[in-house]
Amino acid sequence: MNKFKLKYIVYSIIILYFSFKAYVSIKASTLTVYDLEFLLEGLERTVYISVTAIIIGTFFGIIFGWIKSNSGMVTNLFVSGFLDILRSVPLIIQFILFYAFMGILEIDISVFWVGAIILSAYTAAFVTEVVRAGIDSVSQTTRRAARSLGMTYWQDYRYIVFPLGLRAVFPSWISIVLSVIKDSALVSVIGYLEILKTTEELISKTQEALLLLIGVGFFYFIISYPISLYAVHLERKLKI
Amino acid sequence: MIELKKVHKSFGDLEVLKGIDLTVEKGEVLSVIGGSGSGKSTMLYCVNAIENIQSGQVMVDDISVHDKRTNINTLRQKIGMVFQQWNSFPHLTVLENAALAPQIVLGKSKSEAEKIAKEQLDHVGLGDKFKEYPTRMSGGQQQRLAIARALAMEPEYMLFDEITSALDPELVGEVLDTLRLLRKEGMTMICVTHEIAFAREVSDKVAFFHKGVIEEIGTPEQVIVNPQKERTQQFLSKVLQ
Repeated sequence: MNKFKLKYIVYSIIILYFSFKAYVSIKASTLTVYDLEFLLEGLERTVYISVTAIIIGTFFGIIFGWIKSNSGMVTNLFVSGFLDILRSVPLIIQFILFYAFMGILEIDISVFWVGAIILSAYTAAFVTEVVRAGIDSVSQTTRRAARSLGMTYWQDYRYIVFPLGLRAVFPSWISIVLSVIKDSALVSVIGYLEILKTTEELISKTQEALLLLIGVGFFYFIISYPISLYAVHLERKLKI
Repeated sequence: MIELKKVHKSFGDLEVLKGIDLTVEKGEVLSVIGGSGSGKSTMLYCVNAIENIQSGQVMVDDISVHDKRTNINTLRQKIGMVFQQWNSFPHLTVLENAALAPQIVLGKSKSEAEKIAKEQLDHVGLGDKFKEYPTRMSGGQQQRLAIARALAMEPEYMLFDEITSALDPELVGEVLDTLRLLRKEGMTMICVTHEIAFAREVSDKVAFFHKGVIEEIGTPEQVIVNPQKERTQQFLSKVLQ
């Protein structure tokens, strides 16, 4: 039996042990089945808003990253300035300000979309840098060789720059994904009932702070850990 | 036929080519020698429009390379190019490296593209490396892969930009042998090179570049063995020491 398998068996035993402990503790606590359902709904919303932000943010990040690595000074300055603001102002302030502006402008928009838009923009700001770095990591001489074979600009991107750049920056993109999942908790400030917010409410209702926070920490872990595991696997597979 | 007529090229204020006139007939081999910064590589880049030009004209088979109406991607299919840095595509196997362009640029089927790629890889002596990744090969092998990759497009002309300069000395021979083979098969080539002995051996014509102009051009006998211009003599005495 190799080390790799052993690791997972040990993990499984630990998880089973703690699940049992958790079950006993929950039984003994004042938490009801409805409370747990409420918690799971929060979890679902966390996943929902994170996935939305990651998809939209990555999409725009790719576009902005491409613009940044291809355009002249003026466009660059404009795009960079905008993204620098997004990256530098704390997310929590962005949520509150954007939500307030929507209110002032009387735009009817759900809390989910306020959160998703800001979180997407924040994600895009980080993905932009990663994409730019990815594109720049492919040497000019390699791209020149591709073009000299008669490939068009977009064929060069599709077959050379994208696969090579992706390999270079995939780990950075994964860390963005993981941080977005955790940062999504901040949407609670504008009243979106994601998992941390639901936990808070349950704590004030049941006074089971420790148990609930351990539980919610564990939920974050089971979302994030498989992603990093899969990332490591993919990274190995893509390795040149 | 490749023809350069009064080609001027500048990078900003720096004029790199100062009116180059040059003709390479079908089946001819032209070697271009000269010091660094003499504009010889830039001239090569202008032939397949990797670099644009300020004035003059570059004609390949009577197609004006720098004309805005010319589809440069189509034209480049005729002109293979190999660079100093071998630039293999590291994420693709040797076979995929050579088969990619025929497939996506020429629109050949995968099996057809692979057949051509295999032929060309055999041709340059990489017949046993199809499944290898380029990063595991020596510089000489990667450079031969670059040649096969260009040949897989079945070009009519080949441009070589100092393709042995970045190689370890013991690997230079295998790459030059590949060029000798192409020469024998009648490929039209322009070789920018520092290998003077090689230039003398394979070329029909040798051009000596100095500061953006062709200082001397003629047969290898004329330019390398009996150079007339003082600058050519100086250059040759330095490199042949």
